[in-house]
Amino acid sequence: MTQVAANNVSLSWYEASARQRIDALVDAGSFCEYIGPELREISPHLSIFDLPEQFDDGIVIGHGRLDGTPVLIAAQEGRFMGGAFGEVHGAKLTGLLRAARALRQDVLILFDTGGVRLQEANAGELAIAEIMRAVIEVRRTGVSVVGLIGGRAGCYGGGSLIAGTCSRLIVSEQGRISVSGPEVIETNRGIEEFDSRDRALVWRTMGGKHRYLIGGADTFVDDEALAFRQAAIDALKIKRGCDTNVLEAEQNRLERRLQRFGEAEDAVDIWQTLGIDAPTEIPALPTDAFLRAAKRRENADDAR
Amino acid sequence: MTLDDILAGLFPNGHDIEAIGSIVAGRAILPDGGLIHLLGITRGRPLGANEAIVLAGRVIDIVKSGDRAPILVLVDSASQRMSKRDELLGLSEYLSHLAKALLMAEAEGHRTVGLLYGGSAAGAFIATALATGTLVALPGAHPAVMDLPSMARVTKLSIDVLKAKAEATPVFAPGLDNMVQTGGIHVVWDETSPLAPQLAAVLERPAGQDDRGRLGAERGGRRKSAEIADRVVALAAVAQRGAQHG
Repeated sequence: MTQVAANNVSLSWYEASARQRIDALVDAGSFCEYIGPELREISPHLSIFDLPEQFDDGIVIGHGRLDGTPVLIAAQEGRFMGGAFGEVHGAKLTGLLRAARALRQDVLILFDTGGVRLQEANAGELAIAEIMRAVIEVRRTGVSVVGLIGGRAGCYGGGSLIAGTCSRLIVSEQGRISVSGPEVIETNRGIEEFDSRDRALVWRTMGGKHRYLIGGADTFVDDEALAFRQAAIDALKIKRGCDTNVLEAEQNRLERRLQRFGEAEDAVDIWQTLGIDAPTEIPALPTDAFLRAAKRRENADDAR
Repeated sequence: MTLDDILAGLFPNGHDIEAIGSIVAGRAILPDGGLIHLLGITRGRPLGANEAIVLAGRVIDIVKSGDRAPILVLVDSASQRMSKRDELLGLSEYLSHLAKALLMAEAEGHRTVGLLYGGSAAGAFIATALATGTLVALPGAHPAVMDLPSMARVTKLSIDVLKAKAEATPVFAPGLDNMVQTGGIHVVWDETSPLAPQLAAVLERPAGQDDRGRLGAERGGRRKSAEIADRVVALAAVAQRGAQHG
């Protein structure tokens, strides 16, 4: 019997590195890394572009304990290549999810990613597809895969599609979830479509509060590692699986969203439709007040 | 080849397909008399929330019918729709939902085959073609993550430099050959031979395993991926056995 060592480290999730996040998340001293930096499994492709490698290729994977329960964990490092998925980076997460299936253990994915790493775009794209498949395969055995989103790089591109396959998502205000990033939309469609320098627009369109309000995320927490830890502990108590009933419920949920909000011009219009009293105040609200205002949000219970 | 040519070649016994904007859906009879469902995104159009929800709904209806018939997903798309509206509505959930529906259909006993006959890119490619059990392509198909001009902007390298680098590796540049070498596409069909037997051969393959990593290693386009993933599975098993005994 392993003693549960409570973790009481106060830490900004947004500011922290991948390794700091893991250390603050799991029971103290319980993390054991697989294919750590000492093995120097670097990207074989970045040197083509004269770019520096990192010994862990920007992702830390392994096992640990969360409130005494064994879990598998992956944490992306948003400060290396924007946390982007390359061949080695992606394969480490694919392997972890396949291990979860064999071991019947829950998985926590600490997203911090701009999406596919363009310097190895084909390998990264395929890694995303392999990971999504592995998530569904492990979820069908009843194992939970929980995503935590609140890092500097957000959760963009293929990362956002992986997040969409998770059992539950925990976000902070800083946790942006979106397929196309602001700059990509602006570059392709013009500044009239999306002004990427308008940071308030970025946050209210893609940020954690909006995603929580429309049911795109399940739990909203402060930018604080202990809050993420408690939310992860709570999330793993819910066992849901992934079958045709869940998919059908999600179909109904997402159809309803298009019907309710499909004509909205801006996030504030959606918040108004939700019945929030002072929708323009949402971005400024501290967490407690925001959660009170969010009582009439859409949720994804049993439909993710 | 046009979609009509392809469908005529695949299904000499005829097919029945309806178009809903850029989305197509229908069914056909295989040469052996079996039913096959048809779904697709066509005309090189982007995949947005509206399109993804229609496709996913069709997949779920097929699964609920319980017929366990194969599903052919025809793909000639652009990328995901890049718009403020789609992102505001949570496009990532719609694309994931479509991918999940296809993966679920396969797990529930439907063979899923992707046929890339035109373009596809980024999130649209992931949510459709790459979410099928076996992806095949026709010559001239042109998958991409990002086009070279956009890639040049992001990487701050000239297109000429990128083209020169693309000669040395299949790992980043757009194109069918590169996606084959990295293991994403199982086989490129021969358009000068009848298509129906080529589809029959794909449907005869055993279903289940994701073998894209192994294909990428064998073809030399992704040498590390399969080995790393396998190593993680083995390490986790050993570490956990140790933890139980320790």
